[in-house]
Amino acid sequence: MSVSVQEADFDVGAEIAALSAGRLEVGGLASFVGLVREANDGSRVSAMSLEHYPGMTERALGEIVEQAKARWPLIGVRVIHRVGGLQVGERIVFVGVASAHRGAAFEACEFIMDYLKTRAPFWKREETPAGGRWVEARDSDDTAASRWETGGAEE
Amino acid sequence: MKIRILYFASLREAVGQAEEELGLPEGVASVGGLREYLVARGEAWQALGAGRSVRAAVNQRMAGPEAAIEAGDEVAFFPPVTGG
Repeated sequence: MSVSVQEADFDVGAEIAALSAGRLEVGGLASFVGLVREANDGSRVSAMSLEHYPGMTERALGEIVEQAKARWPLIGVRVIHRVGGLQVGERIVFVGVASAHRGAAFEACEFIMDYLKTRAPFWKREETPAGGRWVEARDSDDTAASRWETGGAEE
Repeated sequence: MKIRILYFASLREAVGQAEEELGLPEGVASVGGLREYLVARGEAWQALGAGRSVRAAVNQRMAGPEAAIEAGDEVAFFPPVTGG
């Protein structure tokens, strides 16, 4: 299964190893790991909880992976996104992409993250000294996702 | 002839419920129409108002205000997503 939505942490090394296990045509692996940062929008953050839309989340992530596979010659893709309560410093998301060459792996990894941030139904609520607050969506994330539609990436 | 409506995150808190079943109201045939119908319920429902940043999905796919709604559909309203 290339997409997982789970409360449990994941083993980055094991996930990367699995992407190329027995696949001698893999020449490059790119990965991204997102973490709970200690500060956001000028406030200290002590913890975070992630809500999602069960069913749609898995479908949306699966569609993003399929779009990446249609755009680049990928050998393997793995996406893991955690939900529930997370502490500062904990891992939130893993994206790993295997291809024959680095260009496709780097680009597809960034494409998947950009689309995940704007299309997958997750919502972050963070705990700050002033209380809990829902994280606001950033325009910069929409801008990052839209560049893949305006010729910013090589097909 | 019912639809299922789901609310998530800050929108769920604002309207005070995570989901409901609703007979498809007379004259409501789109996401935008349903949103207007819900806003008319009162104060808490202004979170779905025209000036607010609200996204929607029909049957678990992102949907714009013009998207059609039929009996049996699952419709969701939520704020812009913030995963990753």
